[in-house]
Amino acid sequence: MVARQGKLQATAQSGSRFAPGEAVRVAERPALGHCRTPWYLRGKTGVVASVQGIFRNPERLAYHQPGLPKRVLYKVRFEQAAIWDDYRGHAGDHLEADIYEHWLEPGKAR
Amino acid sequence: MPSPKRKTIPRRDAGGRATHDVGGLEFGPIDRQEHDLALWEKRTDAMLILLVGPKKGAFTIDAHRRVIEDYGQQTYDRITYYEKWIRAIRNLIVEQGIVSREEIDQRLAEVRERFAKTGRQASKERISW
Amino acid sequence: MIHHDHDDHDHDQHDHDHKHAHAPPHKDHDTGPVGAYELLEEAVRSLLIEKGVLTAQEIAAQVDLMDSRSPALGAKVVAKAWVDADFKKRLLADTRSALAEVGIDIGTLADYRTVENVPGTHNVVVCTLCSCYPKLLLGIPPAWYKSLAYRSRVVVDPRGVLEEFGVELPEGTEVRVHDSTADLRYLVLPMRPKATRGWSEADLATLVTRDCMIGTAVPVVAKGKRRAA
Repeated sequence: MVARQGKLQATAQSGSRFAPGEAVRVAERPALGHCRTPWYLRGKTGVVASVQGIFRNPERLAYHQPGLPKRVLYKVRFEQAAIWDDYRGHAGDHLEADIYEHWLEPGKAR
Repeated sequence: MPSPKRKTIPRRDAGGRATHDVGGLEFGPIDRQEHDLALWEKRTDAMLILLVGPKKGAFTIDAHRRVIEDYGQQTYDRITYYEKWIRAIRNLIVEQGIVSREEIDQRLAEVRERFAKTGRQASKERISW
Repeated sequence: MIHHDHDDHDHDQHDHDHKHAHAPPHKDHDTGPVGAYELLEEAVRSLLIEKGVLTAQEIAAQVDLMDSRSPALGAKVVAKAWVDADFKKRLLADTRSALAEVGIDIGTLADYRTVENVPGTHNVVVCTLCSCYPKLLLGIPPAWYKSLAYRSRVVVDPRGVLEEFGVELPEGTEVRVHDSTADLRYLVLPMRPKATRGWSEADLATLVTRDCMIGTAVPVVAKGKRRAA
């Protein structure tokens, strides 16, 4: 039986690849099986809003594997206009999602 | 036990995204009617929380999501929230070797019989594996 | 230190098919045909109990626990944050600990975060991939929150959804959508309405509906009322 362990908060961003304020791009690659990076965000560029901590990897936990190595989780903020071609809201609208580090690459600042 | 097979069942005509990955698609108006939960639904919720909790650790909440994601579009779009949940619990307790398919089928037959004795009709629908 | 639920809960042994006087009602289904999934639940539960994986008491206690969680809990927390600036700071910095302060244990499955509505920013929460929700604070989410229609649409057309829900936002307000994609659940801390100076926490809490804490509503002081009834 696999039990979920407690989670550790990343302190002072040690061990995290990206820092708040940094531009990041969501990887555009196929995922086989369980994945918590939504399709609509693949290939999109946003900015790290905060580092949420370090967690076991759900993509592995979903298959009764221990979910290691743990992955840093980032709250990433996107301009809605950068996500959707035909976004009908306001230019200042944003969307935030929690994305694991292995799904992020350095992005060009917008 | 060997790891279950990793797979993605794409949603039809949706560019390759997985069935459950629906952000940005169109599904018509939001029905805001509220429903009380039936007791069986509350018990399903309760069993899931207990089974994934640190005391039991029968399987992970991630595995529960994965099983639901693997239903295929026809099932996924049709069955209700707790129907998805109880079906996934069934699949996972078998996957984890806690109960067997035969035990489930046998118990279902017994449960149906019990309901028949009370005069209440019981659905004959078979929930596929 | 977080304790998991209440293993030593002293619970009545009576049959849970009867309605509790103190619990929210279960949908009455004693007359129609029994659905296949309800039968399955019965089969699964009885097997798990037989095998010693779960006990009937544990299941009943967990049902009761979820019944005890409701938007009223969240409303109390919001009202406290409105009157107590230090509590609000703690709620925003470490939601789990702040909730524990007021006796709310959110368990071990997920951590909670609070996002604050401020002048210029309105937050709304969704889980596009399934239906993650701060259940251990607010209780079971409404069916619409879990629906394909809400999950798909609020990320791409949040203003359309807010309009449908009757939310009017001041000019120049940013709409910020939070997709709960990981093990974090989001609580929206709505803005305190202006016409509530001097209100008690209890009265303030009556303004905070479930939808205010999801982001599909804002607290409204009914016209002509200085205090809630």
